[in-house]
Order: sequence, then structure tokens, then C-alpha cells
Amino acid sequence: MIKVQSENFNQQIEYDRLRQASHTGAVVTFTGLVRDINQGEQISALTLEHYPAMTEKALADIVKQAQSRWSLIDTTVIHRVGELQLLDQIVFVGVASLHRGDAFAACEFIMDYLKTQAPFWKKETNSQGESYWVDARESDQSALNKWHKV
Amino acid sequence: MIKVLFFAQLRDKLGVSELSVNSDENPNVQVLLNNLKAKDNHWEKTLASASLMVAINQTISNKTATLSSGDEVAFFPPVTGG
Repeated sequence: MIKVQSENFNQQIEYDRLRQASHTGAVVTFTGLVRDINQGEQISALTLEHYPAMTEKALADIVKQAQSRWSLIDTTVIHRVGELQLLDQIVFVGVASLHRGDAFAACEFIMDYLKTQAPFWKKETNSQGESYWVDARESDQSALNKWHKV
Repeated sequence: MIKVLFFAQLRDKLGVSELSVNSDENPNVQVLLNNLKAKDNHWEKTLASASLMVAINQTISNKTATLSSGDEVAFFPPVTGG
């Protein structure tokens, strides 16, 4: 399941849905939050822009790649857009599989690809009320590159 | 015609979110980029970034990709979601 939405999500509901599939023996979930500090700046709010026509397609493609690499029973990706406040949930990735190895790997893979391939952009507002676009991190690209070596 | 979209800081800097170009004059992404850069110094500078990403019909692509009428081409800075 893939969802791009402005509303919040409930981790318990998403987890419960994932563990219902038959044969599921492991569920790994990741949740990304709005940090109060980024690159030394005190943050007060975050806005997420996206490319609506492409976003779900890009996420579906990432999930498809994960499914071709590991044996997965079910996958959920939820990404929020619009105005978010400190400590709000931004993103949820949940993976259900027979055994933990596939779920751990696929969850990290999906996040690493999402970070560098899905068309979302963050704009931060700092404690002085100044807004600016967040720069992409080199470390996100390195995180992606490790999957090419496997 | 080809529909061209700009997102995030790229759109803010150019002051344009969408425009249309003739498909005959823009056979591939690199030529389209060159034509856009030729508008003026500001466009030239803004579109010069090596990290510029491009998507054709909502799929990540590259500068050598060919274009045809009806395509939707999007230019954007490196993505920062998650």
C-alpha cells in the first residue's frame, strides 16, 4: 500500500494491518520525524512539497524493486506532504516477511531509495521565522550506493 | 508541444512553475536545457547545476533522453524527502 497524504498516520493501525497477512513472521517498520534541529539550525516548522503526478509512481517503483530483491509478503509506504510541526511524523515504511532478514533489508532499501529518488522537497522555517529549502545530503547518496555493491 | 515543469527552489529562482515548448526544436533533454538556458543569464545560471534532476512522464530520466510531442518533462533539485 502506498499513500501520499497531508493527514497524520497511526503506526499501530499500519502495523496491525501488516501483521495480518498469512505466513508473516516478521514486521519491520521505520518512522521518520520532523527534527527540532538540522545542520545547526533550530527548526520551528517544515513544509513538504512534492510532484503530485509522479510521487506515488516513484514510490511504487521503489517498492517493486524491493519486492524483486527480497521475499516480501506486504509493504506499506506513507509519506506526508504540506505543513508539518516539530516531532510530527513524516514518513512510514513497514515491511512484512517470513523472516526478519528480508524485512530489515527491504525497509532500509526503501528508505534509502525514497530519500534520493522520490520527488519530495523540504522547506524549513527556523526559530527566527526564516524559510529556506533544505539541501540534499551527500550521506543519503552514499547510503544508496551501498545497494549497488550487493 | 512539450510541457516543462519546475519544482522547489528551481521554480522559486526561475519564477515559473510550468511552460510549453515546441517539440520540433527540443528533440532531447540536453537541447531543451540549452534552449532554456539561452533565455537569459539568470536562466543559464539557475539551470547550470550538475545535480539538476530530470523526469520524463513522471519517471526519473537523464539528459540524453529523447523527447516527443505530448511529453511532460520536469526539472528539479536533488530530492530531500523522507
